[in-house]
Amino acid sequence: MEALLREYLPILIFLGLAFGLVCAMLGGSYLIARQNPNSEKLSPFECGFAPFDDARGQFDVRFYLVAILFIIFDLEVAFLFPWAVALGDIGLFGFWSMMLFLGVLTVGFIYEWRKGALEWE
Amino acid sequence: MIVGLENWALARPELFLAAATALLLIYGVVRGEIATAFVSVATAVALLVTAALLFLPYREGTAFASLFIADRLTATMKALVLVGSAVAILMSRAYFEQAKAWRFEYPLVVALATLGMMLMISANDLMALYVGLELQSLALYVIAAFQRDSVRSTEAGVKYFVLGSVASGMLLFGSSLIYGFCGGTAFVQISGALADGRSAEIGVIIGLVFVVAGLAFKVSAVPFHMWTPDVYEGAPTPVTALFAVAPKIAAMSLLVSVLMGPFKPLFAQWQQIIVVASVFSMALGAFAALRQQNIKRLMAYSSIGNVGYVLLGVASGTEKGIQAVVFYLAIYMVMTLGVFATILMMKRRNIMVEEVSDLAGLARSQPMMAFGMLIFMFSLAGIPPLAGFWGKLYIFMAAVEAKLFVPAGLGVLASVVASYYYLRIVKVMYFDEPAEAIDRPSFGVNRVVALVAAFLIAIFSLVPQPLSLIAEAAAKGLFQ
Repeated sequence: MEALLREYLPILIFLGLAFGLVCAMLGGSYLIARQNPNSEKLSPFECGFAPFDDARGQFDVRFYLVAILFIIFDLEVAFLFPWAVALGDIGLFGFWSMMLFLGVLTVGFIYEWRKGALEWE
Repeated sequence: MIVGLENWALARPELFLAAATALLLIYGVVRGEIATAFVSVATAVALLVTAALLFLPYREGTAFASLFIADRLTATMKALVLVGSAVAILMSRAYFEQAKAWRFEYPLVVALATLGMMLMISANDLMALYVGLELQSLALYVIAAFQRDSVRSTEAGVKYFVLGSVASGMLLFGSSLIYGFCGGTAFVQISGALADGRSAEIGVIIGLVFVVAGLAFKVSAVPFHMWTPDVYEGAPTPVTALFAVAPKIAAMSLLVSVLMGPFKPLFAQWQQIIVVASVFSMALGAFAALRQQNIKRLMAYSSIGNVGYVLLGVASGTEKGIQAVVFYLAIYMVMTLGVFATILMMKRRNIMVEEVSDLAGLARSQPMMAFGMLIFMFSLAGIPPLAGFWGKLYIFMAAVEAKLFVPAGLGVLASVVASYYYLRIVKVMYFDEPAEAIDRPSFGVNRVVALVAAFLIAIFSLVPQPLSLIAEAAAKGLFQ
């Protein structure tokens, strides 16, 4: 049990460091810098919609589109990392599998680009 | 040769279809909406070429570490699905042009759905099965809601999506149980584990029940049929035509290959489920359609009834039964496409109509159209010597040989009841006072499809043997 817990020690140290660093930065800014708040500065995001609101509220469908497009490329990266690490073991078969996957994604990318899904206005 | 890629040529038709779809997608989006007509025809041609590739040259075996299987049965079923999808794409132009939803994405989404169907027909592993099924389903949800500005089409899409996801969830849950109790997802592993004498384990049976429930949803067998009438009525008519044909055939083929493949040792268990679903489907298809006024809704109930007959063939579990299933599905596809081609021609003052009463007096205003509909309705009702009769005859004979006397008897009774509403359409067309006349159908794809379908039914009625031989060869593929 002791040995098991000791393996988690780096994580505990990391948590402590993160907490301390954040406290130092926020506290330092609060103590030293000049405070001049306005509503834009206090809102979590400068653009977009309020994150904590009624779930049934309306929002622009374009946010949804951006989120969907983001997920596709986010997943792509999630696949690419393990692929890159294991490339030596999986050989040509693995290499071309990923190329095929990227090719399919590229077709989708060309489609969304030409359809104008990447333009906000 | 790279490990895992032996026999990749077995999947050549699928690879061709995937590549063709990707290329056409790029072409369509680069050229814009003017490319729609070309993309539509090219997709249909690509589907037909894919069907030809299945047989030129014909290959069989397993590929991709045994995730994929190709034999006579899969090739025959894929050919049916591909032809059905191609015809459904060609039939859609006039309707979507009028609805201002004529976009090049439609044929491509149908092609992707068809690709999913081909993969699920060829599935030889629960994971491959699920991936194929989801590719098909996600594409179909989209095209159910393809007419974006129509509330009913959107409702059909959302309804289909929500209920379809539940069915997929059930299927996955069942698969996980089977995986847990059999120690593998490959069909070979499952049948091996079950043949080991572990077949009585309750966990496997519960898993089987969930998988069958998920698949029964996809073929819309009672009690998983609730979505069918609403989706069929709400979806654009060409989409309904597709739904009534391609996904049904694909899911039925999948059901056959799952039940007759890995779960063959559990025959006694799944036969009860299939018999019950079959009898209730036949009964509901017959009784619920009696009072329908909307012809698309009526066809939805008719398709539920037809699924009941096909399931009776599956329940017999014999080579004869599977032969009857293939035979029935082929004839069902021709009849259904013919009926929907006729429905798509029903216009009054250039506006689509879809009530049964709109057909009143059609025999006097458009005798050819009425005669075509008469052939389809008589055939669907199973009146000898039309093709639909032979289909039902094969099914009932297989059921009787498998000693399913009571379900077969109930099936005959249900088909008697069902003939009432098919004949009612004939009566409305031939004996009712004419309503305002239906427009003279312009010469187009739908007229050709209706003509060819009527012609094929005439041929199958007079000489059912060739089709029967094809079905026999397909069924043999499963029992090798």
